[in-house]
Amino acid sequence: MSYIQIMKKKQYRIRISHGVLRAIHEARRISKTIGGRLGQLLSRTGSTGYPYYRHPLPVRIMHWCNVVFLATLLLSGLNIFNAHPALYWGKSSYRGVTPIVELRGKEDDEGEISGVTRIFGHDFATTGFLGASKDATGELTERGFPSWLTLPNDQWLALARRWHFFFAWLFVINGITFVTYSLVSRHVQHDLLPTWQDWRSIGKSIIDHLHFRHPTGAAAKRYNVLQKLTYLLVIFFLLPLMIVMGLGMSPAMDALYAGWVDIFFGRQSVRTIHFIVAWTLVLFVFVHVFEVIISGFWNNLRSMITGYYRVKSEADHE
Amino acid sequence: MSNDNKITRRGLMTRLLAGASIVVLGGCERLSQSTWFPRVLGLGEKATYRMQRLVLPRKAMAQEFPATDLSPQFRSNGTSMPNNPAYRALAANGFADYRLEVGGLVEQPMKLTLADIRALPSRTQITRHDCVEGWSAVGNWKGARLGALLEAVHLKPNARYVVFHCADPMEEDGTSLYYESVDLEDAFHPQTILAYELNGETLPIKNGAPLRLRLERQLGYKMAKYVMRLEIVEDLSGVAGGKGGYWEDRGYEWYAGI
Repeated sequence: MSYIQIMKKKQYRIRISHGVLRAIHEARRISKTIGGRLGQLLSRTGSTGYPYYRHPLPVRIMHWCNVVFLATLLLSGLNIFNAHPALYWGKSSYRGVTPIVELRGKEDDEGEISGVTRIFGHDFATTGFLGASKDATGELTERGFPSWLTLPNDQWLALARRWHFFFAWLFVINGITFVTYSLVSRHVQHDLLPTWQDWRSIGKSIIDHLHFRHPTGAAAKRYNVLQKLTYLLVIFFLLPLMIVMGLGMSPAMDALYAGWVDIFFGRQSVRTIHFIVAWTLVLFVFVHVFEVIISGFWNNLRSMITGYYRVKSEADHE
Repeated sequence: MSNDNKITRRGLMTRLLAGASIVVLGGCERLSQSTWFPRVLGLGEKATYRMQRLVLPRKAMAQEFPATDLSPQFRSNGTSMPNNPAYRALAANGFADYRLEVGGLVEQPMKLTLADIRALPSRTQITRHDCVEGWSAVGNWKGARLGALLEAVHLKPNARYVVFHCADPMEEDGTSLYYESVDLEDAFHPQTILAYELNGETLPIKNGAPLRLRLERQLGYKMAKYVMRLEIVEDLSGVAGGKGGYWEDRGYEWYAGI
């Protein structure tokens, strides 16, 4: 290779690297401006306090996976429910007993459609939300839950089932991994099991919650007792119950030990419990997000993304 | 902290959340409409099939119920009267001219009358019917054991599936006859029967007369009604839409154990 050729190549390289450098510089400038603004927005505490590593990487990853999986399972589940929007108690749906809950669309003589929610035989008008709601074209149609709450939006049982069972597998794998990790790393033993002291502080914790009082200092490094108990209840009771009730609806899994679903009062009860637990989990998510917001939204959010929670130094306490 | 700042933060948060949900939901809809994504989701069915076959013993029996659990009325779903002149002619004559054809990968193809079928080893069972839609009904079924019939026709070594060709057209113009298929493990299960009686009486037309499949460890759409012909095949790709059943050709899973 001649000297000139080498120089040309070098120049070319330099030109490229110049371009890259300029781009990096530009990106930095922009991100500084945005980041500075974001940073201001993100941290309530400003520069006071110190960062504390609260959530290890595996927990953060599995937490956000769970957000996606549970959301998908809920929305596709509601689409599946819409295929037969009624709930029963017992072994079958046809026992000569009326359903516990029924979301019905009614069409009167003039062709006017209305939505009715029937709970234990009592009718409630729920047009526009339950029983009848607007479809993509804006027309009122008979359907259990509205299209904006179902995945896919259209009434499409076959595809909803595909979404549901695919994500059920991911959810189960994520759950098993989380429980294994949490036991092996002693996350459960250290962070989730209430200590003797926790049990003693339960009354105070309840009062604190009712007053929306939350620690921001060193006490924020640990979960409080109600938080611990709630997480334990969700992780070791509600979510496993959800899976077992899901499997209880499977005619194949019911044959594993003939009659095991009768422990839960039969397959239709199992379906009803699956539904109730789903909404209990939604309630948990609402309370969870509410608590996250009022106890320092950005600080909490940051700690579940980067792992670091900014602990207010005691001097900053009000 | 100024009040303005608070509002901005809340505004930003709301906008971020709203934006994210629109992107996510729109994305989900687009994924649902694609051809590749539902196929990826279909991996869930394959995993379920493998896992359930792994943990479920071959002869694990579906739950059977006492007569007190019987549904007062056994619901008729889908077709309740096939729109098929040939079928209606058979029905008008009390199915006296009905012949169940058994062919495909068998050593001895057969045509059986209802009397022949009633002469086969039978089984009576009170079982729960679970529809893919979510409801269940309990019925008392009596029918010929499919396994016994398959033994009588001697399957060829490469036989893998039993296809059930039915009399009920799914389109209003009389086309798209219903069909279904099961693998041999399910075909030889003791509770798999070709039912000719429901709740102690001749199977009514609305529930699939003269013969319907009972496949107790899977969902209702697998249990073909108005069965006219059994075809034993090595693979399902050559039959109708190629997915092993009328609903399967329309996106439902071939394995309906869940």
